[in-house]
Amino acid sequence: MGFKEWMLAFHVLSAFSLVAGMTLFWVLIVVGRKIDTPGDTLRLGPVAKVGNATVGIGMGGTIIFGVYLAFAVDSYAIWDFWILAALVLWFVGTGLGRQTGEAFLEGPKKAMELEAAGQTGPNAELLALNQTSRGLAFHAGTTVVVLLILIDMIWKPGA
Amino acid sequence: MSLIAAVRPDDWNFPLFVHILGAMILIGGLVTGTAALAFAKDDARLLRLGFWALMLVSFPGWIIMRLGAQWIYTREGWDDVPSSFIPNWLDIGAVIADAGGLVLVITLIIGGIGVRRLESGKSSGLLKATLVLSVVLLAAYVVAVWAMAGKPN
Repeated sequence: MGFKEWMLAFHVLSAFSLVAGMTLFWVLIVVGRKIDTPGDTLRLGPVAKVGNATVGIGMGGTIIFGVYLAFAVDSYAIWDFWILAALVLWFVGTGLGRQTGEAFLEGPKKAMELEAAGQTGPNAELLALNQTSRGLAFHAGTTVVVLLILIDMIWKPGA
Repeated sequence: MSLIAAVRPDDWNFPLFVHILGAMILIGGLVTGTAALAFAKDDARLLRLGFWALMLVSFPGWIIMRLGAQWIYTREGWDDVPSSFIPNWLDIGAVIADAGGLVLVITLIIGGIGVRRLESGKSSGLLKATLVLSVVLLAAYVVAVWAMAGKPN
């Protein structure tokens, strides 16, 4: 297995890491919709950190190894339509993902405030923040973008 | 010979997409389940979350991955190739996919019993075993993805 094959393997593993993190966040979004106490909200924090790490590795790895491959493999060029499309989608996905993160951070922030104030019981405002439809829409949008990248990588339109 | 940038007939793309998407869902469920079980300590809610992530995400992902694998295997004509000519990367992927499926079912049975015991106030020991098995599965499937992507030999 040559160096380029290793780079391809890391590129694909990065893509798996990205989708694994997004899947994890889908599970947390579904579970979080019923959570209305600060303790239960904050308990999901360490699991969410794993999601942040896998998404970070995935976003970084796909772009670094992907751009390397675009230059290193003779029959690919960085200006090929499918590679340019993937780059544009990657930047769109990064922007949407950042918005998703910001929307879903509101719940834990509120939970910390409530805990600091000694309020440990159910809270309607916290439930509303955990059910954020804005965050849900951004995560759905990010998921669609990542699916489009996967389709682009497999079908390679214009290659 | 390098397989990078090898041209693939268009009618292989959709089965490959199904295979890869299923594998991604499988690994996503394993990461979620493993993380929830690892950070649960004795928290019943996180222990249940870990088990149900394996059951409702990883298991359907495995089924989609395996169906896609068989579909692309047949479409690529490997059924008609003598086993001695099957490349290592395909053997590695197939063995891990199938053995991993068996281990996943065992993991779900152990986890299911663990969740039932947890709900009746008993120890969460079986869910610790579920965690260990899910870590093993995760490591094995990372090797499978590496083999399928890098295609050693």
